[in-house]
Amino acid sequence: MPMWRPDPSFYPSPRMAMKAPPEKFAFVASFDPTRRQPDALAVVDVDPASSRYSQIVGSVEMPNTGDELHHFGWNACSSCLCPNAPHPHVERRYLVVPGLRSSRIHILDTKPDPRNPQLVKTIEPDEIADKTGYTRPHTVHCGPGGVYVTALGNAEGKAPGGIFLMDHESFEPLGRWEVDRGPQLLGYDAWWHLGYDTMVTSEWGTPDTFENGLVPEILLGSKYGRRLHFWDFTKRRHLQAIDFGEEHQLVFELRPAHDPTRAYGFVNCVVSLKDLSSSIWVWHREGERWAVRKIIEIPAEAADPEQLPPMLKDFKAVPPLVTDIDLSMDDRFLYVACWGTGELRQYDVSDPFAAKLTGTVRIGGIVSRAGHPAAKNGALNGGPQMVEISRDGRRVYFTNSLYGVIDEQFYPDGIDGWMVKLDAGPDGGIVFDPRFFIDWPKNRRPHQIRLDGGDCSSDSYCYP
Amino acid sequence: MSAAPPWWPWAALVGLGCFHGVNPAMGWLFAVALGLHRQSRKAVALSWFPIALGHAGAVALTVSAALAFGLVLDHARLSRAAATVLIGWAAWHAIRGHHRPLRIGMRTGLAGLALWSFLMSSAHGAGLMLIPVVLPLCLAASPSGRLTAAGSLPLALAALGVHTAAMLATMTVISVLVYDRVGLAFLRSGWVNLDLIWVVALAVCGAILLLA
Repeated sequence: MPMWRPDPSFYPSPRMAMKAPPEKFAFVASFDPTRRQPDALAVVDVDPASSRYSQIVGSVEMPNTGDELHHFGWNACSSCLCPNAPHPHVERRYLVVPGLRSSRIHILDTKPDPRNPQLVKTIEPDEIADKTGYTRPHTVHCGPGGVYVTALGNAEGKAPGGIFLMDHESFEPLGRWEVDRGPQLLGYDAWWHLGYDTMVTSEWGTPDTFENGLVPEILLGSKYGRRLHFWDFTKRRHLQAIDFGEEHQLVFELRPAHDPTRAYGFVNCVVSLKDLSSSIWVWHREGERWAVRKIIEIPAEAADPEQLPPMLKDFKAVPPLVTDIDLSMDDRFLYVACWGTGELRQYDVSDPFAAKLTGTVRIGGIVSRAGHPAAKNGALNGGPQMVEISRDGRRVYFTNSLYGVIDEQFYPDGIDGWMVKLDAGPDGGIVFDPRFFIDWPKNRRPHQIRLDGGDCSSDSYCYP
Repeated sequence: MSAAPPWWPWAALVGLGCFHGVNPAMGWLFAVALGLHRQSRKAVALSWFPIALGHAGAVALTVSAALAFGLVLDHARLSRAAATVLIGWAAWHAIRGHHRPLRIGMRTGLAGLALWSFLMSSAHGAGLMLIPVVLPLCLAASPSGRLTAAGSLPLALAALGVHTAAMLATMTVISVLVYDRVGLAFLRSGWVNLDLIWVVALAVCGAILLLA
């Protein structure tokens, strides 16, 4: 039904979105790494006043097994207020939840009861492949003109990966997004600068190079993705590719500034082949072109080979493996998840070219196995991975699983899932919320988190 | 219709101009956004003219098509045909109206802005809404009771001018108020669903044509 006023969770600008009421629920992708039972979308109570605070209060099972729920997103968000493509009276109501392995997309309705989302539609892989030419759906972003979904494989599961569009109400797959993909072949993440009519995409690899785990020869041969691609957002044409060079592998999560007048963003490079370090880069305008610059380098930590998984023994070091980053709504704080060393860092990036470390916590880690004030069993495995920030920037949530088969490569004894929360000071500094530790149900692992009403990686804005 | 005073069509044209101008989807919001992006009040003002031009182009195309049919069709058949189009457009607008691909972005120039306005006004059926006003206006001026090109053209142009001026004036006032004073936060509750009113307006205009 059309609404009379805009959805109350839509905000014209990121500044206004920061004043949004605190979230009450977090939705978390929860998958079975053994693929024997269906994956689920878990609902976590994040309202500190609730008697069930920091508990899983709902869980919706998918109809099949082996989907590998991973990333997901909303059908509509603040970009519906954009002046050039306004859809202000659509509701932010449905979660678009792809199975990365199965290529199936689930539509869950959160409106009747957010604790108990209802599966209202399942789009089978064949339909997506037929209508869009793509498989292995990854990132989901609501945006001007519909829902944008990145895909890592084409219909045959090979290159090129890319982006397809879905209708934001009927969820019909509308077709491939690119008109001219230029030299782009690999897909992974995508986001945009609405103020600059620019789409940015990053690279991982084709499904055969990751669905059975990372392939050391491909990694050491620098054959995984290492480029950023810049596109004309309205003409859907490739404009520019930037190669990070042979040393850098796995250029992943794209976090453009929320303020649409700021033409810069951040991306993480998971590993340097030279020294196993991870790095954060900023992309920015340089004249009429885009350019990149490394702003943060996080070194590997020396370690006893006895404590390292087979893949790392020869290196005698544990790599930070920065596999997710997230930017606060005011574009001031960048959160950096070091999944290997078990560290979550907070940087002040007010000046995007001069990042300052303002906070750090340890939990899990390949070697450190750091605990949590509320964890009963002390040593924790897995490490900070998918990070999500509340719109006001005061609460930071994260989980510890990366991707089923890759978890085992770095944590050979498997990962016991957990989800934690940090409290962030208004001017920096992070501490664990001692009341918030979710010992994830043993048969599943948690991945991406979305907060009700929107979060710092769900919405984009057309007004500064 | 004979009872209506001679000024009513002109008042209706002004009213429809204000109605179109007040809709954020018709351009004032785009003007404000471009001003905010370029931090320039001048950018707001510069945007008015291509937006008004695009709107006028869309309206002119629709109205001249209706009048062209009017030259060959008799009045009753033309009204019925136009009414069918209006009501059909209302139905399409209700069902699919908000599904439009993204064509023009925030870096657009003035020509792109005019094209955007033309496409938005056309898709919204802005010109269709004027047909029940312009047709009787042109018919009333024709002694034979039939539309003629020579008789209709000046009146139709005048109607277009009055409508566009009202639309431009409304857009100007709102965008200046919002840019200078009000800010955009009011959109969160104040942006009521004008598309619903729009659907009703299209259907009512169709009904007027059928019944007149």
